[in-house]
Amino acid sequence: MSSITADKLLIEFPVYGSSSRSFKNSLLSAATGGRLAADARDRIVVRSIDNISFQWNAGDRVGLVGHNGSGKTTLLRALAGAYEPVSGSLVVNGSVVSMLSITLGMEGEATGIENIYMRGILMGLSKKEVISLIDEVTDFSELGSYINMPMRTYSTGMMMRLAFGISTSIKADIILMDEWLSVGDADFSKKAEKRLQSMIGSAKIFVMASHNSGMIEAICNRVMHLEHGKVISQK
Amino acid sequence: MDSAIKDLIQGLLSFRIWSMLAWQEIRQRYRRSTLGPLWLTLSTGIMILAMGPLYGGLFGQTLDSYFLYLATGIVSWQLISTTIQDSCLAFIGSEGFIKQLKLPLSLYVLRIIWKNLIIYLHTLVIVVIIYIFFPPPIPFQMLFFVFGIFLFSVNAIWVGIVVGLLCARFRDITPIVTSIVGVMFFITPIMWPVKMLGGRLLITELNPFYHFMEIIRGPIIGDQIQPISWIMVILITLFGYLFMLLLYSRFRARIAYWI
Repeated sequence: MSSITADKLLIEFPVYGSSSRSFKNSLLSAATGGRLAADARDRIVVRSIDNISFQWNAGDRVGLVGHNGSGKTTLLRALAGAYEPVSGSLVVNGSVVSMLSITLGMEGEATGIENIYMRGILMGLSKKEVISLIDEVTDFSELGSYINMPMRTYSTGMMMRLAFGISTSIKADIILMDEWLSVGDADFSKKAEKRLQSMIGSAKIFVMASHNSGMIEAICNRVMHLEHGKVISQK
Repeated sequence: MDSAIKDLIQGLLSFRIWSMLAWQEIRQRYRRSTLGPLWLTLSTGIMILAMGPLYGGLFGQTLDSYFLYLATGIVSWQLISTTIQDSCLAFIGSEGFIKQLKLPLSLYVLRIIWKNLIIYLHTLVIVVIIYIFFPPPIPFQMLFFVFGIFLFSVNAIWVGIVVGLLCARFRDITPIVTSIVGVMFFITPIMWPVKMLGGRLLITELNPFYHFMEIIRGPIIGDQIQPISWIMVILITLFGYLFMLLLYSRFRARIAYWI
């Protein structure tokens, strides 16, 4: 069963090379960003996620909202497994696909096919699975013979189509997204939208950070509002 | 401790990912170049060709044995030194990956070792060419060669993790490592033969780099490897792993926060 459980989750980043004394008082009341604080050893830390607890289960479509620097992306990265909790706990049951940076691991000098391969391997697929993916992604991205050209010859839009095609071809229990992905021109973006919807539809849990409240309302059935790393409201 | 060991095992099992990243890095550097990684072979070859007669003369060596000695010394040292230097950026340089993906961190060290082993195999071509002109007295010892490279790689894992971790936390470590490796080139018998030391054997026997050079270079130069080198390497492996596991289990989870 897929679930995500956080209990008093705390994530704070040490800031080295800044004297804590000079920073401490002046920055505590900043309007954006995580809370600046001093830890037990009097080092300056940015507390991005401040003691939050939640429980998400299969069927939950969670929207994360909040100002810039409220901790949305840090939380997504923690869910992806990049940051281990500084204190508290975070338990993620189920396979996770992180769509936080869909072009990660892609390379301009490599061809489209090679990039499909590299992204696929990086996302944990086996050689066989990647090879079976190539035709489908090539087809979807409508790149035609460009798929055998180095990626640096692509326009930004073409590159995004490819990256999007690869990332959305992988099935997972939990999908993480930082802002709704929208790629390509008018026709293509409709097709992309459909593909993304079906991918999310087959996932058990979907978590998206967004500033677009219309989008959140349309897709999500739960909303978590973060401010300075704390949960303001949860429903 | 458990999570550190788990990370190491999962890292080793992710062969597909780190071997791909290693090849990708090599290909990226040599894309659209005709010779590709063989450029390294060529430039190292030219260096050896230029240095051979000069240093052979300075050290009073016969040219045929010195060429092989110098060539094997340089390529083996390149393997050791670039692996250590690349390790400084093992985690810092993989920031994009580490902050997005849940992959074992040891993978980023394995990637570096694999890349340098591939490059090493390319530069070994030089040694093969020298074999043709100056055959070694004792033929190539395949078994010891494989074992030597294996022991080197095993040690490169703990060194890479320790160096990579320290460099991620303390940014001043990178230049320190670079300068130590630079100095070691001169005080380790790479260009000059150990025999020239006379009785001053402490310089080599207390130098860990010497013993690693011995186990990597010995089999391809046709030298008998002294038991002390095997013993030292095995002791270094044991203590190195112990130290690495203590450090890694304590700070592994912090690396993502430091970079």
